[in-house]
Amino acid sequence: MKEFMFLFRGGDEVWDTKSPEEQQEHMQHWQQWIGEIAEQGKFVSGERLRTQGKTVINKGTSIIDRPLTEGKELVGGYLRIKADSIEEATEMAKGCPGFRWDASGVEVREVWPEH
Amino acid sequence: MSDFLLIIRGGQELYAQNSPEEMQQHMEDWQDWMNTLAKEEKLLGGQPLMNEGKTLLDFGKKVIDRPLAEGKELVGGYLLIKAESLDSATEIAKNCPSITYNCSVEVREISPM
Amino acid sequence: MVAVLIKIFGTENIELAEDVVQDALLKALETWKYRGLPDNPSAWLYRTAKNRAIDVIRRNKHSRVIDFSDPQRQLLTSNYTLGATMDTYWQEDSIKDDFLAMMFACCHPNISPENQITFILKSLCGFSTKEVAKAFLTGEDTVSKRLYRTKEYFRKHKIKPQIPKPDQIVLRTNTVLSAIYLMFNEGYNSTHSNDLIRKDLIGQAMLLCRSLFSEERTALPQVYALMALMCFHAARVDSRLGSNGELILLDKQDRKLWDPSLIDSGKLYMNKASFGNQLSTYHLEAAIAYEHCSARQYENTNWKKILEYYDILLKLAFDPVVFLNRALVILELYGPLEALEAIDHIKNEKQLQGYYLYHASLGEINKRLQQLDKAIAHFENAIALTGSKQEKQLLEGKIQEMMKSIQSK
Repeated sequence: MKEFMFLFRGGDEVWDTKSPEEQQEHMQHWQQWIGEIAEQGKFVSGERLRTQGKTVINKGTSIIDRPLTEGKELVGGYLRIKADSIEEATEMAKGCPGFRWDASGVEVREVWPEH
Repeated sequence: MSDFLLIIRGGQELYAQNSPEEMQQHMEDWQDWMNTLAKEEKLLGGQPLMNEGKTLLDFGKKVIDRPLAEGKELVGGYLLIKAESLDSATEIAKNCPSITYNCSVEVREISPM
Repeated sequence: MVAVLIKIFGTENIELAEDVVQDALLKALETWKYRGLPDNPSAWLYRTAKNRAIDVIRRNKHSRVIDFSDPQRQLLTSNYTLGATMDTYWQEDSIKDDFLAMMFACCHPNISPENQITFILKSLCGFSTKEVAKAFLTGEDTVSKRLYRTKEYFRKHKIKPQIPKPDQIVLRTNTVLSAIYLMFNEGYNSTHSNDLIRKDLIGQAMLLCRSLFSEERTALPQVYALMALMCFHAARVDSRLGSNGELILLDKQDRKLWDPSLIDSGKLYMNKASFGNQLSTYHLEAAIAYEHCSARQYENTNWKKILEYYDILLKLAFDPVVFLNRALVILELYGPLEALEAIDHIKNEKQLQGYYLYHASLGEINKRLQQLDKAIAHFENAIALTGSKQEKQLLEGKIQEMMKSIQSK
């Protein structure tokens, strides 16, 4: 099996508009989704990221006080999973609970195989 | 101490122009850097990503055959580290060997919830 | 609460679980001292413990202390799922299951009974190491060693707390019942402690048994039977000790001190134990105990019925101790000669040679046969074999009585 990384794109603007109950329910959806992946032995790791960040650019000579990409392209979190092919991984990504709330994307990338 | 994700972007084109020896050297630089971080017990994980990818858009209904962001913004790999603060994590990020290829390193704290 | 935390951290991390409980309690004391008791203290405590557990998970996320390879526990490693997963661990149903599951883990058939009980008291009954040591009159070192061995066993064999599968449940429940009964007996007739009766152990044993029948899967007839048996015994607890702490045997006990409500509960559980066609030793022992409880005077005891129960008990499984008790029933029914004849069948049983009640029984039979010298010798053997102060006192009293009657002749 290969390892893939899901990069969840899009910010937390929607999150902030929801009530605590809705947020809690949303996290239960995440738990169910990742739980199913874990039950198949395909979960590796994953985290949500804080919206704030810094970026080192220009060969390390300057630092900007924000993530490189923002808005719809902001990386909001990631998930590492195992799958046989990028097609299977993409299929799995369709279940991402993030799609319940907004249209922003999930980028599916294969991790460089270890040798 | 908190956990931080370093997102390494861009530099692929410049890197592709390297000779095999230079590529080998670059891999060794990475090895050294990661070893140093591991010895300081700051390294939690990290991997390079292949350039190809797919992206799900439009509530997951649409799939395109490429990463969402490309070129200078193509995510080439990540590193998960431990650091005292966003600033000290950013200091660590400055030493990323791929900086020579003009990649950018985005430093993001893992959100507690 | 410890059971839930052990499920979260793994059986190998019982200290981590205890620390969290300790922290939560301390925090509760500090907060409640200034702000007063919250509306729902136990919910407050659970929430605090849950938050502490989340901290512990975060702190140990990248260490090897906690084994995160289990699919459910894997979800604790990601902040996407940590909160919701933690919540499911703390749901009421899940807490109840965890308690039972932990009980089954503790009572693994390959763990010795004393280690089983030590671990149960520590992980489920909230006893400190010191309290467990006191209950068994051993050092804290010994208790720590027992706990360590059990933990090692859990670790090595990757034993997870879980309620056994249907085809295993009867067998495994029986092991749990033996541990519960052993704990109860330790409380009812403590062999190790200076206190002959330890109500805390009695109470804990009954609580554990109750948790078994409050779950459908483990509400087996023998579970109710053991509960009935413990009720009948517990009903008599207060009459077993005199005002000076001396032991009082059944024939001299003040039956007005027996607790009628416990006897009633016992009857209720007896009825519940009668479904199915399972007849366990607990059913028969409960029936015998009930006969004693229902006799208004010692003289009214229905020894014939009791003898019948003993006969069935022995048919279920031969046990020299049961046979010995049956001989004592014969003593009441048919007299010392018959009793001596009965006891003769088991005189070569090794297990009985070190058992003080065997020697005490022989003493009693010989006393009734007016073989006073023999009786005294047997009682002296019995004294040497019992660790209990009260038992010794009782037997010494009998010897002195006989000495007097020898001298007066």
